Amino acid sequence: MPSLWISNARIIDPAGKRDEVGDLFMANGRIVSSLSAADKKKAKKIDATGLVACPGLVDIHVHLREPGQTHKETIETGARAAAAGGFTSVVCMPNTAPVADTAGTIQQIKDSIARTACIKIYPTGCITVGMKGQALAPIGSLKRAGVIAITDDGDCVQSNELMRRACEYARMFDLPIMDHCQDHSMTVGAVMNEGTVSTRLGLRGWPNAAEDLIVARNAILSEYTGAHIHLQHISSKFSVEIIRRAKKRGVRITAEATPHHIALTDEALGTYDTNFKMNPPLRTEEDRLEIIAGLRDGTLDILATDHAPHTDYEKDKEFDYAPNGILGLETALAVSLDVLVRQNKFKLAYVIDLLTRRPAQIVKLDAGTLAAGAAADVCLFDPEEKWVYDAKAGFSKSSNSPWHGQTLRGRVKTTIVDGRVVFADGRITR
Amino acid sequence: MPWTRRHLLTIEELSVEEIHQIHATASAFKKILGRSVKKVPALRGKTIVNLFLEPSTRTRMAFDMAAKRLSADVISLDGNSSSTTKGETLRDTAQNIEALQADMIVIRHSAAGSPLYLSNILGIPVINAGDGAHEHPTQGLLDTFTMREHLGSLKGRKVVILGDILFSRVARSNIHALTKLGANVTIVGPSTLVPGWFNALGVTVSHDLRSALADAEVVMLLRIQHERQTSGMFPSLGEYTSLFGLNKTRAGWLDPKAIIMHPGPINRGVEIDSELADGNRSVILEQVTNGIAIRMAVLYLCAGGQPEQVVSTE
Repeated sequence: MPSLWISNARIIDPAGKRDEVGDLFMANGRIVSSLSAADKKKAKKIDATGLVACPGLVDIHVHLREPGQTHKETIETGARAAAAGGFTSVVCMPNTAPVADTAGTIQQIKDSIARTACIKIYPTGCITVGMKGQALAPIGSLKRAGVIAITDDGDCVQSNELMRRACEYARMFDLPIMDHCQDHSMTVGAVMNEGTVSTRLGLRGWPNAAEDLIVARNAILSEYTGAHIHLQHISSKFSVEIIRRAKKRGVRITAEATPHHIALTDEALGTYDTNFKMNPPLRTEEDRLEIIAGLRDGTLDILATDHAPHTDYEKDKEFDYAPNGILGLETALAVSLDVLVRQNKFKLAYVIDLLTRRPAQIVKLDAGTLAAGAAADVCLFDPEEKWVYDAKAGFSKSSNSPWHGQTLRGRVKTTIVDGRVVFADGRITR
Repeated sequence: MPWTRRHLLTIEELSVEEIHQIHATASAFKKILGRSVKKVPALRGKTIVNLFLEPSTRTRMAFDMAAKRLSADVISLDGNSSSTTKGETLRDTAQNIEALQADMIVIRHSAAGSPLYLSNILGIPVINAGDGAHEHPTQGLLDTFTMREHLGSLKGRKVVILGDILFSRVARSNIHALTKLGANVTIVGPSTLVPGWFNALGVTVSHDLRSALADAEVVMLLRIQHERQTSGMFPSLGEYTSLFGLNKTRAGWLDPKAIIMHPGPINRGVEIDSELADGNRSVILEQVTNGIAIRMAVLYLCAGGQPEQVVSTE
């Protein structure tokens, strides 16, 4: 493997508090502080003038659909989509078919990752058997098989008692518990945010309160048990306030926001376009602004995509019948730059932190830094380049994106994993 | 202004002028309904498919009747007999209907937005006969048509809609039609079934029957669905009736000339007392008859007819 020499990049490494124009060197799959003159001669040189070089992006919330739903996505195609989006590490959710609630299934996923993935992928396991919310999954065996967190994502453990025991039990292994916060009894048949838009469209509403209740429940259980609960895709204004207060109190919770919840609102649903249907749903402008405020003041720790592929024919249905979820990996960086940096004046380094060091920290991954000695996972992007996103020509197996056909600003040019270029100039290279 | 719309999907998207055009056309067709020969050749040679994926009696019969009065051939398909029970998608079902050379499709579906979805797929006109809790445009048109027959202009008139508003497409279509025509609309009922979100549609939301009914010139009742009770939307039908049922005393709060409407089917003794439903202020059966004229107008216009040509088609 040749050494890599990225020259004249704006190097942004929030972990090392670094933001300067300079050169970045990699050898033997690691970041190095310099190369010898001889090594420089042999190194593959990438002119990164005008580009940002940052740690490879980290997404701790993606659905790769393998095993069992490989018509939507596979570990191979999901990894390619991730690489094209600048991600070098992602964490995949266990709501596959079968769900990942046994060591055997985790092993199957890990085998496929080793065989087919061009980036680093880390599995999670279920909290409950069959993701049915009734009995604890073999969390210890899952941990031994290599999961980095447990979650029933897509679903939410409704029993407070069972969630309490899951927290206590997972704490023994210091495994984070990721929770999709939704009170099911309040969201029967719900397909979009409850509010004036759902009233006008005649669609069943999913009230903020159904998220707020479980967010509060989780803050209480985290405090009571000492377990680390990570709150997934926060969408509601009041949830942000609950998290803010709980964190002040020292409760061990972390939380994520998605690019779609900071970019879009339920007003986008006027034409019943199922590419805007996801769970939790797009909410109101007030919610959107509070989520951005939560990211600004650190109440919400990170960005995560909830990349959720579905085929065209599954999404091409009556709104009520279409499955929840949209793609996120290939558009996350551009959308985040647009909303946070350009519209809301976040510092670029801070947004990169939300996408690299911080998510890695939440699940204790050895990633998200450009420090010498770290794995050479790097994302090179042009923060200003405009491009038209064609979801059908993208790297995901599916194309269910609300940004299909739109002009986005900020484009990933090169993605490097362990010192190897895996994506460059619009192509997967490995 | 010529009629240019090919689909009728919602009242929300109609202009006031278009509502007037439909009403005027219905008015002309209504005269035909009073004749001994009730048929005109306007849609002779055209085939209309009624795709009713949710149960319906009145609306389906009225569309059937309307199409036949216009000399169209009609085929009706319901949810149980169509291939949707075998898992065929709505897209495939509709494309097959189009391939069978239908000229127009009338759809009733439990999923909101499905008529719009079809209109984006098909090259033939799509008429919404009710989509989930979204809209039921021909009902809103026939209701406002009936009101205008009794009241003349609806500008500044007080209209009350009473009952299960939350899940009602009839309420939404009437709200859009009435606010476009300048009426003052109050919706009233238990707070669980009449949420404040409706304020955004330009109506007054009330949970006090007396003040809501005071001086109203129209009261429109909506069917209370029994299953709402088991889902905890209100305690019992008895309590509903005692708080919001329309009886003779309460009808006395209305304007003396007020009319009483109901899109059907009626729960006698629940949302309305029998004697009022059958009384001389009730226009419930006129609504049914007007339903034919309105649907004739809608089918005729969306098939390419022009309002002023109705007379010449006779």
